[in-house]
Amino acid sequence: MNGKGEMQFEDAARMGLSEDEWALIQKRLGRRPNLCELGIFSAMWSEHCSYKSSKRWLKTLPVSADHVIQGPGENAGVIDIGDGQAAVFKIESHNHPSFIEPYQGAATGVGGILRDVFTMGARPVALLNALRFGAADHAKTRHLVSGVVAGIGGYGNCIGIPTVGGEVNFDASYNGNILVNAMAVGLAASDRIFYSAATGPGNPVIYVGAKTGRDGIHGATMASAEFSDETESKRPTVQVGDPFTGKLLMEACLELMAAGAVLAIQDMGAAGLTSSSVEMASKGGLGMEMDLDLVPVREENMSAYEIMLSESQERMLMVIDPEQAQTARQIFEKWDLDFMPIGKVTDSGRLVLLKDGQTACDIPLAPLVEDAPEYDRPVEPVAPRPVQAAEELIRPGPAGEILLEMLASPDLCSRRWIWEQYDSHVMADTIAGSGGDAALVRVHRTDKALAITTDCTPRFVEADPVTGGMQAVAEAWRNITATGATPLAVTNNLNFGNPEKPEIMAQLAGSVQGMGAACEAFGTPVVSGNVSLYNETDGKAIRPAPVIGMVGLIEDWQKAVGIAANEPGQTLVLLGAGPDKTDGWLSCSTYARLIAKDEAGAPPPVDLAAEKAVGDFLRGQIRAGQIAAAHDISDGGLLVAAAEMVMAGTAGLAIQADNGEIDHGWAFGEDQARYLVLTGQPDQLLAAAEAAGVKASRIGQSISEQALKLSGENPISMTELRGKHETVLPEIMTG
Amino acid sequence: MRVAVIIFPGSNCDRDMMVAIEQITGRRPALVWHKQDSFEAVDLAIVPGGFSFGDYLRCGALAARAPAMEAVQDHAARGGAVLGVCNGFQILLEAGMLPGVLVRNRDLRFVCRETCLQVEHDSSSVFTSHLPEGAKLHIPVAHNEGNYFAEAETLAELEANGQVALRYTEGGQQGPANPNGAVNDIAGIVSANGRVMGMMPHPERAMGAGHHSADGRLFLSAALEALVA
Repeated sequence: MNGKGEMQFEDAARMGLSEDEWALIQKRLGRRPNLCELGIFSAMWSEHCSYKSSKRWLKTLPVSADHVIQGPGENAGVIDIGDGQAAVFKIESHNHPSFIEPYQGAATGVGGILRDVFTMGARPVALLNALRFGAADHAKTRHLVSGVVAGIGGYGNCIGIPTVGGEVNFDASYNGNILVNAMAVGLAASDRIFYSAATGPGNPVIYVGAKTGRDGIHGATMASAEFSDETESKRPTVQVGDPFTGKLLMEACLELMAAGAVLAIQDMGAAGLTSSSVEMASKGGLGMEMDLDLVPVREENMSAYEIMLSESQERMLMVIDPEQAQTARQIFEKWDLDFMPIGKVTDSGRLVLLKDGQTACDIPLAPLVEDAPEYDRPVEPVAPRPVQAAEELIRPGPAGEILLEMLASPDLCSRRWIWEQYDSHVMADTIAGSGGDAALVRVHRTDKALAITTDCTPRFVEADPVTGGMQAVAEAWRNITATGATPLAVTNNLNFGNPEKPEIMAQLAGSVQGMGAACEAFGTPVVSGNVSLYNETDGKAIRPAPVIGMVGLIEDWQKAVGIAANEPGQTLVLLGAGPDKTDGWLSCSTYARLIAKDEAGAPPPVDLAAEKAVGDFLRGQIRAGQIAAAHDISDGGLLVAAAEMVMAGTAGLAIQADNGEIDHGWAFGEDQARYLVLTGQPDQLLAAAEAAGVKASRIGQSISEQALKLSGENPISMTELRGKHETVLPEIMTG
Repeated sequence: MRVAVIIFPGSNCDRDMMVAIEQITGRRPALVWHKQDSFEAVDLAIVPGGFSFGDYLRCGALAARAPAMEAVQDHAARGGAVLGVCNGFQILLEAGMLPGVLVRNRDLRFVCRETCLQVEHDSSSVFTSHLPEGAKLHIPVAHNEGNYFAEAETLAELEANGQVALRYTEGGQQGPANPNGAVNDIAGIVSANGRVMGMMPHPERAMGAGHHSADGRLFLSAALEALVA
C-alpha cells in the first residue's frame, strides 16, 4: 500500500491474484484500487466465485430439459415436479473449513446450502452429505469424523430439516484434505420462485439476519488455495454457525416471500456482502449503492474491507417492494431479527459504498462479473490403465468368508454410528432414510415422493476420469431407479486438486465429459453445482471426487420399494446379466482394493444404453407391482448387495452357484448396469425382461431363516453378517 | 376435542404435531405463539419438540419462562391436560411442572432411532389409560438430552405413585433398548394427577402411512379419547 491508500501488486498477490489479473483491474478502473476495492475484485475473481478454471468445461454440460425451471447460475436449481410444485436443490462443498475446524466447518456448510435453497422461495425438506475422510487408522480421522458428523447434526437437527442420506468414504488421499459436501432439497410452488436479479432503481436494499463480525473474512480466497502445514493457523477465518438464527431467518424469509414483499433476494454465502450485492446488481443490469455504516455489526471499528469480505453466517440481502416495507419490518421484528435498509438499487452500473461519510468503493460492476478471468488450462491425461484379469486378483477361499472380511472394512461397514446422529424424520415426511439406495421424502400432504441420492466412486475417476464421471451419474441414476422413482436432474460437486497441474485438469475435464454424456443419455440435466479445487496438501492431490446429487420423483410413494428381503419364498433375480456365473469385472473393484490390495487396474466400463435399458425396465416392473425389493449392485458387487438386502430385512437369501463353488469374479465383480431384485412372479418378470431385451437370470430365493446361504458353503447368520459390519465404525470412533 | 400447540422460536416439530392431531381429530389445533400470555380454553395443550430458543443456556430453560408457558401453567392448574414431547418434555421440567431433569445422552451424541416402549399399566397417567394392557409401542426418538434423571427420593416417589408412564424396552430394534441412559429406562412420566405428561419419543413421527410404525397414532388417539372420556 502506498501513502494514498492505493494498493500495490504485492497486496493483490497476497489475496491470490495473478500479475495479469492485477493489470486488468487497474485497466478497468483507470487507477489503482483501494483495499476494499481490491478485496472485492479478489473475492469475485477467486476460483470459488468465478469458476475460472472449470467454466470452460462446465459449459459443456447439458443444463436444460422441459422440466427444468432454473438451471445453473442461481442460488439453486429448480425443476418442475408437476401439480404446480417444484423441487429446488443444490450441493456445495465446505472442505477447507471442515478440515481446520470440523464442527463449525461442517455446520456452516449445512447452513449455507440451506440458505441457497430457501433463498429461492423453497422450504427445505431434506439434507444429504457426501463425506470423504482420510484412512480410518490415520491419526486425525477420528477427530475429523466426530466433529464433522456432530456439526452436520448440530445444524440440521436444530433447524429441523431431516438428514436423509449421503455417503462416506475413507481413503488415505484425504488424510490432509477431507471433503464435506452438503446437499439440500426444498419444495416450492413452481410459480413462486425467487431470484437474485435486482429490479427497480430506487428500491430499497435490505440487510436481514445475523450481525456482521470479523469471522470468515476472505474465506472464498482461502477455499481457492492449497493447504500446507500453516493452514491450521487459518482457524480464525472459519465461520461460526448459529442454526437457531438460521431457523428464524428461514421462517422470516419464507413468511416475507409469502407476503409478496420480496423483489429479489440473495444469501450472503462465500464472499458475503460482496458477492450478494455484486450478483444482485449485475444480474439486474443495474447498480447498487450501500452505506456500510448502516450494516448491523457485532464488532467495533470494522473497516469497509472487513464488512464487505466477512462471511458471518445467517445473513441475507434483498430488494423489497417499497410499499411493503412496513409489513416486511413487522415480520422480521416478530422473529427478533435485524432488518436494516442499507442502500438502494441504482441504474449506474456501479457498486458504490459509503463508509464514515466517504466513498469507500466506486467501481463498475461489469468487469467484476464479465471480465472475471476464464482459463483454458492445459490438460494432460494420464495413460489408460491396463485391465487386471481376475486371476491376478483372486485370493482363493470361500466367498462367504471373503464377504465377511469385506463387510467389516471401513469401506463397506455400516454407517449407522454416523446416521443415528442425524435427525432423519423431523418434518414427518421421510419414507426411507439412510441405509437404502435412495432416500424417499414425501411431498407434504400428497402421494408424491422425491427420491434423492449422492454418489461418486473416486477410485474409478482417478483410474479413468471419463468413465468415472459417467459411473457417478449412472450409480446415482440406478439408486433412484431402484426405488421405482424417475430420475429428473442433477447437482454436482466437483472436488479436485490444483487445476494448474495438467494431470489434475485432465481429471476435471474428463470427468465432466463423462458426466455430461451420462446426463444427456439419461435426460437428467445438471441444474446447479459447485466446484472445489486446490484440494491438495503439501503438493499432493486428493483422489478426484466429482460427486453427483440426483433427484427423482415417484407419483405414488406406496409403489416405491426398498432393499430389504422381508418375505420368504420370493425369487432372487439378477437383472442386467445373463446366466453365466463364472466371471466378473474385478479390476479396480472394492475386492481388488480390500482383498488383493491392488487397485491399479482399469475400472469397469459404463454402457449408457445398457444402463438405460435395464433401469427403465426395472422401474416399469416396480410401478407395475411386480417387484418386492430392489437393490443396485455397486461397491463390493453382487454378494455385498445381497448381504445388505438380508441385513435390512426380516428374511434371508439363498444363492446358488452353477457347479458347487461361488466364483469370486461373479460374486464381487463391479460390472455396471445391474440390480438384484426379489419377485413373487419370476416367470412373468423373466418373460418381460426377455421381451424387453434385458438380460435377467434367477440366482436364488428368499428364505425364512435370517441368513445368507451360499451354495456349497456354511450359512452366514444375520448375527454373523451384522457382527463386525456394525461394530467396526463404533470401534474406530472409540479408538 | 380442542387442542392447542405452543410454538417457540426454534420449535421444529410443531407442524408435524399439528398434522398428526388433525389426522386424528379432523380439526386443526389452535396455534399459540410464545409471546401470547393466554389462549382459549382447550382440552389439551401440547408443547412440541425442537430447539426452542436454540437450546441456549439449557434445553427448555428460556422457553419455560415465556408468557405462553404461564398460560400453560394456568391451564394445568385448572386441571387441563398438557403433553410435552422431546424439547416439550424438557420445557415442562424446566417450568417445574414435572419432577427430574433431562441430561445429555449416555453416549454424549445425538441419537435418532426407533425405540420400543413398554406402557406401564398401573400408571396414574390419563394419557395411556385407554391403551390395552401390556401394550408395547414402537416410536422413534431424536434428541441430544433425553437422559432422564431424578434423585433417589423423587424417583422412588414417581415409581410408587405410578407416575412412570413409558419405559424403553426390548422390541427387536438394533442397539440398546434404552437409547440415552435414562434412569429406570424412563421414557415418559406424568404429574401426580396424571394429566401432565412429558415423553422423549415422538408419537407424531409414527403415524403409519409411510412411517415405520403407526404406534404414535395409537398412542395419541388413545390419549385424546381418554382425556375427553
